[in-house]
Amino acid sequence: MTAEAPSTTPAKKPAGRRRVEFDPRLAAYKGVWVFIEHEHNRVHPVSWELLGEGRKLADRIGVELAGVVMGEPGAATRDFCSEAFHYGADLCYLVEDPVLAQYRNDPYTSSLTALVREYQPEILLLGATTLGRDLAGSVATTLGTGLTADCTGLNIDMENRSLAATRPTFGGSLLCTIQTLNYRPQMATVRPRVMQMPERNTDRTGRIVEQRIALAEADIMTKVLQFIPDANQEQARLEYADIIVAGGRGLKRPENFQLVWDLASVLHAEVGATRPVVQAGWVSAERQVGQTGKTVRPKLYIAAGISGAIQHRVGMEGADVIIAINEDPAAPIFDFATYGIVGNAMQIMPALTEAFRQHLATAKLAG
Amino acid sequence: MHIIVCIKQVPDSAQIRVHPVTNTIMRQGVPAIVNPYDLYALEEALRLKDRYGGRVTVLCMGPSQAEAALRKALSFGADEAILVSDRAFAGSDTLATSYALAAAIRQIQKDMAVDLVFSGKQTIDGDTAQVGPGIARRLGLQLLTYVSKIEGIDVEKKEIVVHRRAEGGAQILKTRLPCLVTILEGVNEMRFATMGDMFRAARYPLKVWDKDAAGIEDIEKVGLKGSPTVVAKVFAPQPRAQKAERIETQTGAPADLAVTLLAKLFTRYPHIEREIRKQAG
Ligand SMILES: Cc1cc2nc3c(=O)[nH]c(=O)nc-3n(C[C@H](O)[C@H](O)[C@H](O)COP(=O)(O)OP(=O)(O)OC[C@H]3O[C@@H](n4cnc5c(N)ncnc54)[C@H](O)[C@@H]3O)c2cc1C
Ligand SMILES: Nc1ncnc2c1ncn2[C@@H]1O[C@H](COP(=O)(O)O)[C@@H](O)[C@H]1O
Repeated sequence: MTAEAPSTTPAKKPAGRRRVEFDPRLAAYKGVWVFIEHEHNRVHPVSWELLGEGRKLADRIGVELAGVVMGEPGAATRDFCSEAFHYGADLCYLVEDPVLAQYRNDPYTSSLTALVREYQPEILLLGATTLGRDLAGSVATTLGTGLTADCTGLNIDMENRSLAATRPTFGGSLLCTIQTLNYRPQMATVRPRVMQMPERNTDRTGRIVEQRIALAEADIMTKVLQFIPDANQEQARLEYADIIVAGGRGLKRPENFQLVWDLASVLHAEVGATRPVVQAGWVSAERQVGQTGKTVRPKLYIAAGISGAIQHRVGMEGADVIIAINEDPAAPIFDFATYGIVGNAMQIMPALTEAFRQHLATAKLAG
Repeated sequence: MHIIVCIKQVPDSAQIRVHPVTNTIMRQGVPAIVNPYDLYALEEALRLKDRYGGRVTVLCMGPSQAEAALRKALSFGADEAILVSDRAFAGSDTLATSYALAAAIRQIQKDMAVDLVFSGKQTIDGDTAQVGPGIARRLGLQLLTYVSKIEGIDVEKKEIVVHRRAEGGAQILKTRLPCLVTILEGVNEMRFATMGDMFRAARYPLKVWDKDAAGIEDIEKVGLKGSPTVVAKVFAPQPRAQKAERIETQTGAPADLAVTLLAKLFTRYPHIEREIRKQAG
């Protein structure tokens, strides 16, 4: 890969800033929008996290924060607007139509692009979920604007009032900040749990701007035949778990991974893993934490036999407290963990499980 | 059934190292591979071909070295390979890439109608998952992302039924061909290349298209010029200010270490203890 090679990787472009004259027409674009993602009557928490982040951006540039709610007509859809106000939105754009009952790329893309063209936001944020990535890519292409995927940090570059979106690059070993200079809106997706959940304030209200769209079911080529909910809901659980016990290749053998499950069961915690462990088939892919897995933000993360490679670290360093068990005193995980035990995980893990068990038992007696 | 599979050649990011002092990428000796996610798309296309007959064309935009990725795909059984390569594409972001690839697909279509365009879920270098949706949009194709299973194709009616991974479950979708499908990772296992295909791949006369051959109409829409996103800076992740507090005891016995750790943890972070109790019920 040479610098002049055609590529789709933004990071391969020269890292200097390209000077672009600001097109005065772009000044018409105002406001920060967050797409409120919901399926099966539940808003994805990433939308509230984005409202929290969007609030900061909007305040910084002195504009309003809007939620975009699309769905089938009815009270449930409208309730999502009230919720958006509780989480910080000043207003909501609301599109209600039967064709929006379940997510499909086509009607959602046309509705969102129509809204953007009409009301011209300068920043549009979506969750980097399967739905959000599907929609964001289509909307950005239709509008011919820039989109930065899977951001880990959002900021405003006050020099040119533009969104500075930071994301990992080169397999997570470096970070890059990307800007969309001469196109609006500036679009970005952010993964669940990367941003903090804002306080919910039920006193907050806002106004609703309703928008009609002209879409007939007959014109939509893709039909949803069925939705099969996951038998085990572990997918959603890991990201929002408060306690996670995770294991890595240092556990040496698949049987030893049981030590992770044992401690997790005492703590009623979720189980996480590193990529090599997932690839070796010790646990399912839903449990992978890291750049190509889940981003988690638990109160407590216990890492056994995990080296702490940057690709794993970016997925879990948001934890309040990290306990690392590794036999190598120079393992990178000790550079950012809260507590470290240098030792053999096969001995430490059972001891830890026992200590937690006893502590919980005695406290129960005392209480 | 004519299926186009978009594949990208990427540096094997598992082997990329960052220079500890200068924070620059050390590319030397890093092998280029076919984007691993794209191999699932290719295998799925080959399986459809086995099932319904037809042709599989692999399409790649990249420098001339990317030829190797296409030959790899041919060795697994792809029928035809096209490399879209031109200096004008240098610095393309996802928007510009989808423009160039969509143009090339239109050109391919002139020779033989296309029923399906496949792409991987994402690349391991760009990692955006945007190029697939971008191509679909530009060609006006229905978009089916994160597909875990192709239930079947009604060749007469030109309809396809797929399972799509959604939040908390699978959506079963039906749509009309032609459409664009992005394939989820891990849904299949790549077949072994046969001797015959390996020989054929090595000798195969690749088509290499420059911007004109690829039918690029608006040169402003590719390369740096056609890319709305600009990299403002590249930097190393902040090291955490503080290293881990080492738990040590006189004996070093696991049980002592565990008890010492818990005492420290619950004294300094009472909210963790509360949380554990809450979970334990
Ligand atoms: C593009 C890309 C994306 C990636 N995405 C991810 C991702 O999402 N998630 C992820 O986790 N990784 C990811 N990786 C892989 C990542 O780079 C590391 O290889 C991986 O995290 C290492 O896993 P590990 O710590 O389990 O294994 P290792 O690196 O092998 O570390 C094992 C550790 O266990 C210790 N150990 C050995 N024996 C014992 C023992 N008896 N007791 C205690 N400790 C012991 C060793 O000292 C060592 O530190 C990605 C890589 C790339 C290139
Ligand atoms: N330069 C390219 N040539 C061919 N296909 C590509 C190229 N870039 C991206 N793709 C396809 O688009 C998918 C998503 O890429 P990305 O948006 O970079 O994550 C990949 O899995 C490929 O199938």
